[in-house]
Amino acid sequence: MSTPSEQGAPTRTGVHERLAALSAGAPPAFDPRRTLRLRVEFVRQLKRRRTQFAAAVLLVLPILIALAFKIGGDSTGGPGLVDLATTGAANFALFTEFASVGFLLVVIVALFCGDTVASEANWASLRYLLAMPVPRARLLRQKLIVALTLSFAANLMLPAWGLLVGSFFFGGAPARSPLGGTFDFTESLWRLAIVVAYACGQSLVVAALAFLLSVSVDNPLGAVGGATLLVVVSNIIDSITALDPYRRFLPTHFQYSWLDALGPTVSWDDMMRGTGVALIYAAVFFAIAWLRFDRKDVTS
Amino acid sequence: MSILRRVRHAPRRLVAAVAVLALAAVVITITALAGSAPAVHTHSQFVAGTPEAGRAVRLDTTLYLPAKTPAPAVLLAHGFGGSKSSVASEARSLARHGYVVLAYTARGFGESGGLVHLDAPNYEVHDASLLVTHLVSLPQVSRAGGQPRIAVAGGSYGGALALLLAGTDPRIQAVGADITWNDLAQALFPNANGAPPGVFKKLWAGYLFQAANTGPGADPACGRFAPELCAAYEQAARTGTPSTALLALMRASSPATVLDKITAPTLLTQGEQDALFPLSEADANARGIAAHGTPVRVTWRAGGHDGADGASEVLSALTGWLGDVFGGRVRGQQPFEISEQGSAISTASGRTVDRTLHVDGYPGVPGAAAPRREVTVSGPPQTITAPAGGNPAAVTSLPVIGSLLAGVAQLPAFSALGTIPGQGAQFLSARLPARVLIAGASTVTVTITARTSTDAILFVALHDVAPGGDDVLPSNLVAPLHLTGLQPGTPRTVVVQLPAVVREVAAGHRLRLSVATTDLAYQLPADPRAYTVALAGLSAPLSIPTADGRVVHPGHPAAWLLTGLAGCVLAGATVMFVFARRRRALHADPDLAAVPVSIAGLVKEYADGYRAVDDVTFRVERGQVVGLLGPNGAGKTTTLRVLVGLIRPTAGVIHVFGEPVRPGAAVLARLGAFIEGPGFLPHLSGRENLRLFWAATGRADDEADFDTALDIAGLGTSIERRVKTYSHGMKQRLGIAQAMLGLPEVLVLDEPTNGLDPPQIAEMREVLRRYAESGRTVVVSSHLLAEVEQTCTHVVVMHRGRLVAAGSVSDIAGAGGVQLAVEEPDRAAKVLAAAGIAAHPVPARRALEDVFLDLVAEEPR
Repeated sequence: MSTPSEQGAPTRTGVHERLAALSAGAPPAFDPRRTLRLRVEFVRQLKRRRTQFAAAVLLVLPILIALAFKIGGDSTGGPGLVDLATTGAANFALFTEFASVGFLLVVIVALFCGDTVASEANWASLRYLLAMPVPRARLLRQKLIVALTLSFAANLMLPAWGLLVGSFFFGGAPARSPLGGTFDFTESLWRLAIVVAYACGQSLVVAALAFLLSVSVDNPLGAVGGATLLVVVSNIIDSITALDPYRRFLPTHFQYSWLDALGPTVSWDDMMRGTGVALIYAAVFFAIAWLRFDRKDVTS
Repeated sequence: MSILRRVRHAPRRLVAAVAVLALAAVVITITALAGSAPAVHTHSQFVAGTPEAGRAVRLDTTLYLPAKTPAPAVLLAHGFGGSKSSVASEARSLARHGYVVLAYTARGFGESGGLVHLDAPNYEVHDASLLVTHLVSLPQVSRAGGQPRIAVAGGSYGGALALLLAGTDPRIQAVGADITWNDLAQALFPNANGAPPGVFKKLWAGYLFQAANTGPGADPACGRFAPELCAAYEQAARTGTPSTALLALMRASSPATVLDKITAPTLLTQGEQDALFPLSEADANARGIAAHGTPVRVTWRAGGHDGADGASEVLSALTGWLGDVFGGRVRGQQPFEISEQGSAISTASGRTVDRTLHVDGYPGVPGAAAPRREVTVSGPPQTITAPAGGNPAAVTSLPVIGSLLAGVAQLPAFSALGTIPGQGAQFLSARLPARVLIAGASTVTVTITARTSTDAILFVALHDVAPGGDDVLPSNLVAPLHLTGLQPGTPRTVVVQLPAVVREVAAGHRLRLSVATTDLAYQLPADPRAYTVALAGLSAPLSIPTADGRVVHPGHPAAWLLTGLAGCVLAGATVMFVFARRRRALHADPDLAAVPVSIAGLVKEYADGYRAVDDVTFRVERGQVVGLLGPNGAGKTTTLRVLVGLIRPTAGVIHVFGEPVRPGAAVLARLGAFIEGPGFLPHLSGRENLRLFWAATGRADDEADFDTALDIAGLGTSIERRVKTYSHGMKQRLGIAQAMLGLPEVLVLDEPTNGLDPPQIAEMREVLRRYAESGRTVVVSSHLLAEVEQTCTHVVVMHRGRLVAAGSVSDIAGAGGVQLAVEEPDRAAKVLAAAGIAAHPVPARRALEDVFLDLVAEEPR
């Protein structure tokens, strides 16, 4: 409020004349199905610092891991994913996925899906979208599509970028399975695709809970943290083997079942179970999110 | 503001509830775990054993008593070289599961007296019978039908004792034998051709002999071994062949001799990593016991004498088995479990772990078929040599450190030790078209021609070769083959039984049959030799026993997936159904089509009973600038929130141009709103915010009239800066500009002058007046009375949620008496008084403020 132009007080006769010359308003050509199109929502999200920060972390992490392996030298011990990580690009990508899927990707998915509505509420821009009006169910749909696309893109980007970084640092040797044997390049890509697809399916649980919390609270941190907390608590309870056979119904129990895609033959059993469990949790959380938001009094 | 705060608490309660539930789950779990460890009492004493050489022998025992007695008893025997303390944790665990456990140190070991007779019937087995008698005398041991309930269990040396005791003592009702032998001669002098005696397993035998050769007061040469056993062993170690005396002693110590007398249901667990007592030993025991109708359950577990794994697996198998036997649940075909080693990857560490496969029945016993697959291996005849002195020899497994080797066995460096150039013949299969689970001992027919000798010692093995060349020797096991009575140069064709292993060979892998002349673990001939190894017709069928196993997980995996999909459909349908029910019939009112805003009987009551808006009814006509006036908390903002569809009214209805308002109603597009402060994306500039806002409406850009909006905002070049750098007033003006995008027919502004300075307020007043003159409508809320009075044509006064007055500003301000303006009030008053008319001086024009205060004061409370 320092420069004269910002002071703005002098009467802007131009505006006043224009206003005075206005014809009476007419109903606009408004179509609720065209509100908040995906392109618009993508621009809104992609320009955010947190999106760019998450992308930067995913880009830097594989390089850091590769450098760590370079500095640390050869590992010894049993035939684990970590021991095979420096075999070649595909093994490196698999290890990167293994190291990240338990927490980093959870946090990123929770960030994209938990922050999307809550941050709008926090900025107070949510009420202007709703008064626009963007129908509530449509607002959720559009926001979820964008948030899930970003989440899946993160899930895909990590191993894909890991593949590139790995081929730079460790060469393009075919993938070696910890269970013995190697895959040719096409087979390696196919196995990686299964891994990514399954990881995306598993991340639906976190995405759904984060989204539910996002429409329930006005604080983005609460939504992201709440969803992450669920994963942590579920992992702790899952580590108590005495709880069998009920552990299988925990949302994270089958989180790592994509490892079954690394055997000589792909074992689909646990991946089917894990996807089933994830779908149930996701469906319930998403349904509650839609029902809650539909009736919610938006006061923020 | 308090209303808003109350509402915001609801989601916090949800989060708190979730947290409390999670915490409760953790607490319950921990309590349950802590509660599952009841106290176990122990009592140590010496019990008289079988006298030896005229002297009494005492056996060192410990009795473990469970929390609840009487209970079934388990006599627990230890492995070779161990003592009662080496089974302490197992005993304690069994006691916690409700069994009376008697652990003891076998004769010749630890604190017990006597000498080692290698599970001889007259000594060790008789000792065990005496201990059973001791158990029978204990009141803590339960009985059924007058018979005490007694089981015997043990591993290795103790396992053979368990089988031998069960075959001689009819009081035994259940048996658990782990990693033990069937025929000691076959185990220590194995022959892949079946004909004894085979090749001396010198490393293992020497190691075992050493294990009993130490301790206080031991004889320097024979330790605590019985002299006749010691002499027989030393003879065999020197020559590599067993004497008749040793064969007789080993025969007596073999469960093979008593299998037909075992009537107690028997659990046989055998390790897959076991070069000492391989799976074939348990297989022979299982067949022998089952042949007489005694129930047998077989489990091939991880570990064994070459691997440290599998201890917990044995214990859980044993407790399950004892529970089944004493619970009377052992009927019909027993399940067969196979541990598939390294067939899964740990989720915690990313390393390989074992997986358990369930097979419906053990293939070796009656009633269960043994499926077999045939794979052809081929290769030309190959001549291989054995070096003089048997050195260098291939290394496949080593006693004791075998468990260490298991981890590195798959590394190329170790595989190289297993094959020495020139010493081995190789026969390869084609790539397997589908996966094969090898579960047991494969057989193959080979032709051996000794070049110089009359006997042959060879080591046969089956390798899994991956496409990349990775070569794995499953469980590091080789089968020694001893052929005698050969004529140099004359071929002999023999059927060879390969080591019994569990191995999943993937599709695309090959099988490699190797025949080698050396192995470090076995006694090798000292003279140099050459053999020609061939397959009949350059290729031979390899007969592979396989198992139709499935991973232990109840339920079909597809059912889980289908349930998940069904859950999605159900959730979707539920949402649709509830949405349909919630869309209660609100009808358009054609009479109101020309009325910009019509509010009727509006009530908003929050969950705690607070009425923010209580029965408010008013109308706004075209061209009006309506002021919504009231103190903080009067319900102005709540009314406006309902008007733009942000909150649902408890009762009443709002029509905008005749269309009912509900969240997301399309008619709201005819309203431009600025409610309770601005809301922008802080990381974008003012211009980007306006552009994106308009883009989100989905309407054409030319309808937006950005120039007018930007002029009204009056931000100058600051419009290009990010909103987070704006002052409150700048955001306020940008918010009003956003509301005016597209020049809507109704403009709803909540406290628009907050944060504006006086010139800007004056400017805003002018903008609103002109806006309304175009036939559009403006609804403004304010708590500033003067503001409303100067800006608005009409006013609605609210207080405590109720509508107090509504009408034009002049009507409202003019209400309460007729006014007469005079030039000189004092003189006029005197004149009027003289004329008999009472007169009071009042301000020139009664301000709205006075009316408002009057109205508010009328309210009770």
